[in-house]
Amino acid sequence: MNSNTKSSAKSATKRVYDLAHSRAGDKGDTSNISVIAYDEAGWNIVREHLTAERVMQAFAHTAKGPVQRYELPKLRALNFVIEGALGGGVTRSLAQDAHGKSLSSLMLTIELPA
Amino acid sequence: MKKPSNVLRIGAGASFADDRIAPAVALAERGELDYLVFECLAERTIARENLTRLKNPALGYTPRLMDRMAAVLPACLRNGVRIVSNMGAANPPAAARLILEHVRERNLAGAQGFKCATVTGDDVSAILRAQPHLPLMESGEPLESLLPRMASANAYLGADVICRGLETGAQVVITGRVADPSLFLAPLMHHYGWVYDDWPRIAAGIATGHLLECSAQASGGCFADPGKKDVTDLARLGFPYADVSGTGDIWISKLEDAGGRVDRATCTEQLIYEVHDPARYITPDCVLDFTDVDLIDDGLNRVRLTGARALPRTPTYKVTVGYHDGFIGEGQISYAGINAVAKAKLAAEVVQQRLRDTGFTYSEVRVDLIGISSLHGNGAVEKAEPYEVRMRLACRTTDRRAAEAVGFETRALHVNGPSGGAGGSDPIVREVLAVQSVLLPRALVDAQVKVEVHAA
Repeated sequence: MNSNTKSSAKSATKRVYDLAHSRAGDKGDTSNISVIAYDEAGWNIVREHLTAERVMQAFAHTAKGPVQRYELPKLRALNFVIEGALGGGVTRSLAQDAHGKSLSSLMLTIELPA
Repeated sequence: MKKPSNVLRIGAGASFADDRIAPAVALAERGELDYLVFECLAERTIARENLTRLKNPALGYTPRLMDRMAAVLPACLRNGVRIVSNMGAANPPAAARLILEHVRERNLAGAQGFKCATVTGDDVSAILRAQPHLPLMESGEPLESLLPRMASANAYLGADVICRGLETGAQVVITGRVADPSLFLAPLMHHYGWVYDDWPRIAAGIATGHLLECSAQASGGCFADPGKKDVTDLARLGFPYADVSGTGDIWISKLEDAGGRVDRATCTEQLIYEVHDPARYITPDCVLDFTDVDLIDDGLNRVRLTGARALPRTPTYKVTVGYHDGFIGEGQISYAGINAVAKAKLAAEVVQQRLRDTGFTYSEVRVDLIGISSLHGNGAVEKAEPYEVRMRLACRTTDRRAAEAVGFETRALHVNGPSGGAGGSDPIVREVLAVQSVLLPRALVDAQVKVEVHAA
């Protein structure tokens, strides 16, 4: 599903799922999704490769953007703030998942160069 | 663990209006708590309760108020645990009267001299009607565009007004709209005498509140991923509590015999939950800066939080404006076996054609294939044909009859649609109460805040 990883060998990529855990929260039409590395090695990979651009690409079909990325190095965590991600906002969305609770699972499917 | 002598212990009792009740009772009974806090007011809940109160002035509080209070009051009164909650929603005085009545009728321990304080004044709808030029934070449009459809307007008040409630000596303080973490900061300010220019302490209190306001989400709820991130005894998940010292040292923990887990991983997920810029988490009490926060495992199921900082509070309150935004009609039906997905897609087309033929119009239509693309949209991977799929159609309209027709026509597919349509849902119609926000100068709101004591 990720066009920029198609050409690389399977062994050269890692899913965010293998490196970090995640939770999604909502405010209006904006979703915030944490990515918390399990260890230093995982932190180095997500910090370098899980850019705001990479996340926007993975969410392009379901969010308008833009995506803002914040770093919390002591917690080895990133916080992605994705605008226009909740179908117009939790209180009026037509979606089953109006809060975007499941968007953390989409974040974890992203593949990164290992 | 046994409560250290130099801390105030605050338990999390609920994270939303329909949260579980038993874990709060366990904390009240065995947690050695000083305070138990119930956060039960989502963004639009108060709009709904405001409409309820307009129909019946005796209602308008959180509907499960007495289920929750009846369950925890005996232990709280017996153990001297004070309660702080926003379950007053759009009618804190009515909530207080019910609580008083209950304590008196059951003659609970401590019924003599029992007091319940209420905080009101968060309803700023009258103020807003006089301020039509205020810009909406979401759209930038003037508030005027929503005023004809406005159902409620409530300012997120801070911990100072809750402190005034606690100063009355009331065992229970009931509020309407206040910021969620302020519910937890208030007992700390009241107990330790913290004041608003002591920013390291205010930061500690708001950080504590932020970690606890979603209750089990800090103690292993919304966390388990079997085989990858396991949670011990999830079925008996306990709610968390915080031990906070007078200098602002913070530990988060849970009852030893409750299920769940409290560690760096669970607390980090909760710390970042619903935060945008971690250097500027704006609350009515301060602007919290998380950037230097660390969460350190300090024994089994005990985490220490350090490094919270804060800047002074802003000159405005955030106000949530609830407004009528039409209706959503919804229907669902399932297909299985060979060609299930094509049948589901045909079903969706047929219903939409029938709705058009009837003359109904919709400003927004959404077709979900549950099991394939309902959560992450059509761009998600479409792998092998699933064995079964559920079609869900949701449509937005200003016409209630048009909304009803969506579910009606979907259910009728059993007989009038593709072969093998199964388990059609009852038609669903939701009246939409949407929210947007404005900022309002503090002084305008503070002038109308009232703290009252209700006693037997």
